[in-house]
Amino acid sequence: MNNLPQSGQPGQDATLTNENQTPVLEFQHVSISFERPEVLSDISFSVAPGETRILLGPAGVGKSVLLKLANGLLRPDTGSICLFGEEIATMPEQQLFPLRTRIGMVFQEGALFDSITVRDNVAYQLIQERVADEEIDTRVREALTFVGLEETFSLYPSSLSGGMRRRVAIARAFIHHPDLLLYDSPTGGLDPVTSTTIIELIVKERDVHRTPSLLVTHRIQDAFTLCTHFFDTEKNAMVPYPKGTTDSGTTFLMLDEGRLIFDGSLREIVNSDNPFVREFLE
Amino acid sequence: MAIISIESSAKQLVLIVQEYCLFAWRALLNLFRPPIYVEDFLLQSDIIGFGSIPIVVLSGFFTGGVLALQSAATLANFGATAITGQFVALTMFRELGPVLTGVMVSGRNASSMASELGSMIVTEQIDAMRALGVDPLRKLVTPRIFACITMLFFLTILADFMGILGGAFVTVFMNHQNSTQYFSNAWSSLRYSDVIQGLVKPLFSGYIIASIGCFYGLRTTGGTQGVGRATIDAVVWSSVFIIVADFFVTRIMLFIFS
Repeated sequence: MNNLPQSGQPGQDATLTNENQTPVLEFQHVSISFERPEVLSDISFSVAPGETRILLGPAGVGKSVLLKLANGLLRPDTGSICLFGEEIATMPEQQLFPLRTRIGMVFQEGALFDSITVRDNVAYQLIQERVADEEIDTRVREALTFVGLEETFSLYPSSLSGGMRRRVAIARAFIHHPDLLLYDSPTGGLDPVTSTTIIELIVKERDVHRTPSLLVTHRIQDAFTLCTHFFDTEKNAMVPYPKGTTDSGTTFLMLDEGRLIFDGSLREIVNSDNPFVREFLE
Repeated sequence: MAIISIESSAKQLVLIVQEYCLFAWRALLNLFRPPIYVEDFLLQSDIIGFGSIPIVVLSGFFTGGVLALQSAATLANFGATAITGQFVALTMFRELGPVLTGVMVSGRNASSMASELGSMIVTEQIDAMRALGVDPLRKLVTPRIFACITMLFFLTILADFMGILGGAFVTVFMNHQNSTQYFSNAWSSLRYSDVIQGLVKPLFSGYIIASIGCFYGLRTTGGTQGVGRATIDAVVWSSVFIIVADFFVTRIMLFIFS
């Protein structure tokens, strides 16, 4: 038990833990539509410091759209989005770029730049900031070691498998030690073994650096693994919490037809009476 | 129903023109504002400039040759075959050099820019770039525009030179005329105004090729099929606008040098 993460005791309510802290990300009555009907309608929630929020929902309900709204890649039609205390819904694109450097985002298919090596992909932000080559190499190797892919340093993304690309994308998101992490279906389309590897990396980042994050997935088993496991630094592996305890800093959101129908802890979602939630869980 | 369709198409057209104008204006301003991505400019100069040399050399040479062939046959009726050099030089320097180079480079590079950026849109690489805090307009578009303008200028000079060589080849080896007369006539007929006119045009063409290629690439929608559509639009519209711009630049140049 000594190796359990420090913040948030298992079984406690995460909202109680973070109630006095300014949210890292806050949506208030956000709606967006590309064509009728609305893709997202009246969405309100927040991500507190140190908190991991898992956004569940079937394919096509607007999960990825919500994630892109969170770092200003898309603009809402109505509502307010506060990122690090700044309103970004109406912020000019040029002012958003510095804010985005504080966020790590893992895209659904990795979105690696296919014309440059893994080293340059992972170091993309550092290269733009003109960090010295020696430091870049060191930090890239650290990030690749973190995701277990140090041997891919000089390879091109086209020579990597789908799971490896996803892990390189995670290394790219982690290298800058971001203040917020956004994961867009990081295990989508992967086999169970690779999915577990990816989830272990996410748990490791959550428990080692306590980076707040918003994770989109439609895989309920991944979401539950995140809640019921923690990263043991001594064993250097993801291990389950003792029976009956869960990670209190990891909570759930659920979308259905563009509306947020659930916001709460693992215990609450498991005991929810909402028919859609029940159907989704079953 | 038909009226609604026309109205919708007209609105769509106006929207595209408005978006292109804003895009082209921002890209133009970025030419003079940091950060300047020098490595990307050099890389694009290599792709656009050196990569286009073979097609520019070949098209320039054979255009000059065909000009000499066609003009010699007509000029022979007036006993004026001696001015073949003048005909080829003026036509190449004023019009065919810049326009033909523009259209050739457009076919090669506007398509490549649209398909490359379009593929990046489809695979979310552009979103990833924005998410990493890098402005795609500055990183991808501005170096391409700067490289295209610079390289098209030099490629046009190369095309002019190859055109005169092609004309000389036909004049000397096929029409059996004197090479000294051809070159002397070509050289003496050229005025500064002709050269300036011919070298101002690629500046506009380069801007048109890169801005339209990137514009259509970055507004790609609809997956791989969309990439194909963006590529076609980029080549068609950049070629058309090169010729339209050529008309207006020629008119302005003639007015200035008259």
